[in-house]
Amino acid sequence: METVQEVITNFIKENFIMGRSEINLAPDQSLLESGIIDSTGVLELVMFIEEKYSVTIDDEELIPENLDGINNIVNFLKNKGIN
Amino acid sequence: MCGIAGIYHTNSKRPVEKSVLDKMASTLTHRGPDENGCYVNNNTGIAHTRLSIIDLSGGSQPIFNEDKNLCVVFNGEIFNYIELKDFLEKKGHKFRTHSDTEVIVHAYEEYGKDCFKHFNGQFAIALWNEREKELILARDRVGIRPVYYSSLPDGTFVFASEVKAILKYPGIVPEIDPAGLNQVFTLWVNIPPKTVFKGVHELAPGSFMSVSSKGISTNTFWKMQFPDANDYEDKPLSFYTGKLKEALYDATTIRLRADVPVAAYLSGGLDSSIITSLVKKYHNNDLITFSVAFSDGKFDERKFQNDMVKYINTDHRVIEATYDNIGSEFSNVVWYSEKPMIRTAPAPLYLLSGLVRDNGIKVVLTGEGADEFFGGYNIFKEDKIRRFWARIPGSKKRPGLLKTLYPYITREPKMERFWQSFFKKGLTDTGNKYYSHLIRWNNTSQIKQFFSSRYKERFSEDAVFQELDNYIDPDIDRWHPFCKAQYLEARLFLPGYLLSTQGDRMMMGNSIEGRFPFLDHNVIEFANTIPPEYKMYGLNEKYILKKAFNDILPDPVVYRPKQPYRAPINQCFMRDNLASSMINEEIIKKYGYFEFDNIRLLLNKFRNPDIKNISERDDMSIVGVVSTQLLHHHFIEDTFNEYHNFHK
Repeated sequence: METVQEVITNFIKENFIMGRSEINLAPDQSLLESGIIDSTGVLELVMFIEEKYSVTIDDEELIPENLDGINNIVNFLKNKGIN
Repeated sequence: MCGIAGIYHTNSKRPVEKSVLDKMASTLTHRGPDENGCYVNNNTGIAHTRLSIIDLSGGSQPIFNEDKNLCVVFNGEIFNYIELKDFLEKKGHKFRTHSDTEVIVHAYEEYGKDCFKHFNGQFAIALWNEREKELILARDRVGIRPVYYSSLPDGTFVFASEVKAILKYPGIVPEIDPAGLNQVFTLWVNIPPKTVFKGVHELAPGSFMSVSSKGISTNTFWKMQFPDANDYEDKPLSFYTGKLKEALYDATTIRLRADVPVAAYLSGGLDSSIITSLVKKYHNNDLITFSVAFSDGKFDERKFQNDMVKYINTDHRVIEATYDNIGSEFSNVVWYSEKPMIRTAPAPLYLLSGLVRDNGIKVVLTGEGADEFFGGYNIFKEDKIRRFWARIPGSKKRPGLLKTLYPYITREPKMERFWQSFFKKGLTDTGNKYYSHLIRWNNTSQIKQFFSSRYKERFSEDAVFQELDNYIDPDIDRWHPFCKAQYLEARLFLPGYLLSTQGDRMMMGNSIEGRFPFLDHNVIEFANTIPPEYKMYGLNEKYILKKAFNDILPDPVVYRPKQPYRAPINQCFMRDNLASSMINEEIIKKYGYFEFDNIRLLLNKFRNPDIKNISERDDMSIVGVVSTQLLHHHFIEDTFNEYHNFHK
């Protein structure tokens, strides 16, 4: 079974990087600063996470500390009890 | 591809007049320009116009069984006829031709009315059973080929591939049915059996009808099914991509069966690129492809078409659609489609099939059906985003995802509250089985404001939804939300608009047969078992198709954002052509469908050079008005004969 980190990484690769070989995706990298996703991209990621893990994420939780980067997302989901 | 027509006096021995049958069939020569045939036996007569594709010399219709008790005329193809013939011969049936048509009579002898379940194809069939004095009409599973009928008070039953043939029967007076208009100007389509012509009905896809002196009955032989929402098999993506590759390869291969060359449409999008690549890679190195391009860059996909052509190296031909030729051909579009519409998108496809005909080709493969069964439409994304928003309706951020679908809403930040309230209508009503489509239908209904009061007062929204409730499979309540939306598209929009107004009619208008590998029932039945998240991964549409076929497609085609197929509208109707003449004050008032004072306001907007962005609804409205007017012009006014004779 895929880990949370693998699921999120694959989703970002498939939906935002889409084969652009010049982009490296590191776990601690900022997705916004590196231009991989924009604000609507974050929402798309949230939608995917909610669907995949049956959680609801409030507007207040939509902050870079929680969602901008694979490590941040993995930790955020861990705090919600998802490993 | 062909045209069929027939008359059956069920309650009397009154002989069928062959001259009437001939007149009906003569309106269908565009469907079958190569040959005519008919069978008249006392109170029954069936006729056929043929576009010869399989068994060019031996496939003339009608075709009979061994003892001539069964007689068939048929529009379409039974692609698995070779396997069926082999099986039926082993069972002792004697064949006299190599055509797919003959398989129908022998399959009927073998299986009775279950025979339709054994056909892999696209068909409208009329079968006369002399022994039982019974007429059977059948239509393929998803409605690729059309068949209409009318049952008269004196017991006469009339049927044909197109309404125009039925209107040639002397007892039928053409009249537009307000209830039919009410459906089209809500749902974009009619709900079978209703049409916009009073007393003329359409046989629903996947069903057959039995007609005799005992009465008329209709039965379903196939219906679209999806698993219950939580009942998908837990299999990896690779399992589904593997199966999909096999199913689509088989569906494409079987659709190359023909005794004439088969070409392909290439839109520049994913679906037609997959089909074209499969044919080119595995079957035909000399493939000819056809595309429509647009002089208006907003609609043009030439760049992607050229990428594809370069990548697979086909012999490619292009026709350019302009405001002028869309406007001037629009009257033909309505003549062939026989219904009002709210898009001009069929017109370029009519031009395209003309290009195919001019190149001496009769058959083309296209990518239709992939958007419905693999989740390509924006309406599926809109549904997903609104459901995501509905989980926290007060969220300031969630509706922002709609910007990915409709970039125009970001142009005017001040308008944010307006578009949010547009999409917020009914936001939390997620249990409604029509949730995905209600916004679209509400928006379309606004066009009815242009009708005159005598029509408006007969337009009841409740009536449309009652008819819809009766037509829709009650199992829909158990399906995943994504599948509910897919089902509505595939059950309503696909046969009612895409395969008819934009498909069969635009191709047949130039005597071209379309074939649709994505609509093979084996592909559909398999696609419906694929978990929704593999069809749309996040908001990545047709994800499984991209994963399955990215090895045979260039990256720009796989990763490009989907561009909905559209055509320019209002600019095409501000010109000197028959369609544009339909919106002048005198004709609007003469026909009486619309209130000219309202139309005038609409026209003023189009003619005002200061208004740069015409809304989608205004564009839809003007097409609705023009096409309804043309419908009246062609079929109700006595210009009907004139227009038809001109086109002969």
